[in-house]
Amino acid sequence: MKMVIKIKAFFYPFFIEVGEISYFAGRFFKEFLFPPYEYKEFLRQCYYIGNRSLFLVGVTGFIIGLVFTLQSRPTLLEFGAVSWMASMVSVSIIREIGPIITALICAGRISSGIGAELGSMKVTEQIDAMEVSGTNPFKYLVITRILATTLMLPLLVIFGDVLAIYGSYLVENVKDNVSFQLYFNQVFNILEFSDIVPATIKTFFFGFAIGLIGCFKGYYCKKGTAGVGKAANTAVVYTSLFLFLIDFIAVFVTNIFYDL
Amino acid sequence: MVAYKKPIIIIKELHKAYGNKIVLNNFNLILNEGENLVVMGKSGSGKSVMIKCVIGLETPDSGSIFVMNKEINKLEHEDINELRTEIGFLFQGSALYDSMSVRENLEFPLRRHTKKFGKIIDTTPLVVEALESVGLTSAINLMPEELSGGMKRRIALARTLILKPKIILYDEPTTGLDPITSKEIILLMQSIQQKYNTSSIIITHDVDCAKSIANRMILLIDGINYIEGTFDELNTSKDPKVQAFFK
Repeated sequence: MKMVIKIKAFFYPFFIEVGEISYFAGRFFKEFLFPPYEYKEFLRQCYYIGNRSLFLVGVTGFIIGLVFTLQSRPTLLEFGAVSWMASMVSVSIIREIGPIITALICAGRISSGIGAELGSMKVTEQIDAMEVSGTNPFKYLVITRILATTLMLPLLVIFGDVLAIYGSYLVENVKDNVSFQLYFNQVFNILEFSDIVPATIKTFFFGFAIGLIGCFKGYYCKKGTAGVGKAANTAVVYTSLFLFLIDFIAVFVTNIFYDL
Repeated sequence: MVAYKKPIIIIKELHKAYGNKIVLNNFNLILNEGENLVVMGKSGSGKSVMIKCVIGLETPDSGSIFVMNKEINKLEHEDINELRTEIGFLFQGSALYDSMSVRENLEFPLRRHTKKFGKIIDTTPLVVEALESVGLTSAINLMPEELSGGMKRRIALARTLILKPKIILYDEPTTGLDPITSKEIILLMQSIQQKYNTSSIIITHDVDCAKSIANRMILLIDGINYIEGTFDELNTSKDPKVQAFFK
């Protein structure tokens, strides 16, 4: 009996929070269709979220491509399958590694940033000041950020994927003198729509989760500087968990579709 | 004794609790036109909650609040927004938007409150006028991080003035400021009241501020208006609970 109570005490707040996040998401869908639209703030957020993450995502993607190829080479050489390198790298990067790594980087950078920004705005009464100024803070702060992350993440993933494959090509070029044309011919020969489309669709969900949880944690941040820190921290933890969950569901659904 | 015009804010039996903690317990208040009403009370006694209920940022559990003859609790969101053009709110920590310049901070309330002034194409004259009122026109292009505490408070005051409100709610306007800057803010509040003929509720712990600006005072203790009167009446009260504030 004590065990049941303990389990309940452990999971109860979690499910309450999941319920609150769902309600928050519901409010997003309820409000984002109706005017007034905050175009200017939306574009500003796209710039901040997209442009300012470009360098980090690019460098990470490039290094992952390099390292992945270097680590895989000895095994493929052993089986005499090194000519499959381009195919293996591109499928792995496009289907899974690119989207999830980019999303995790963005969870750390963007979701925590949004959590901290909105949290400090909440603590310093800037959100209340916005409300008094006749602006709906949910539309101005939350909807713009969630839309921006939802739209920018797929672009960042594509950018990261391209640089990862280019990194892989550089290794192949240095080690085996593989030409650019040969390498990328192999990449495009192996890739199909079934690799690209589901992987791209799930990045929209990743972006949505990053924006949603960052905004939720910041918007309902508890008072005090400790509250802001906690909002930023829990935003990253929750977003990462949600990303893996979405990824699992996406792979599961994709498999169902391709088995039909 | 100054003869005031009609009441502009009426609070009747306001009750607000957070869980088991009762913050306001049948609180009553009347603010007359052109009056400066100071509300004093201990920290956490519900003073800020009370003025947040007036502007619709908090919802009372029961009771009614009439602002310019309109009952806040019964208004639609759009109507509350329209009424807010007549109410300025100076937040305790100034609450300037960090990511915006002083100009953008002042322009922000004009974006949505277009009914009062119509569609404003050039906001510069309004921004400059508000900044002139607080003596900080030179700060127009600065960011909030470049301003001192006193300057932030003045800019926040300019932001409340830009809509030319009839009522201003001050939430601890001198808290966290040095005595000289506090005096400057008090003088500014007095000059604003004369220039714009505003009615004000001032939440404060600062006895000097209360003495300088109050036409009438209320002490909020245990969620009720414990005593009401002029500064001198409260200052000379023999009640130990009242005296505790003035010692």
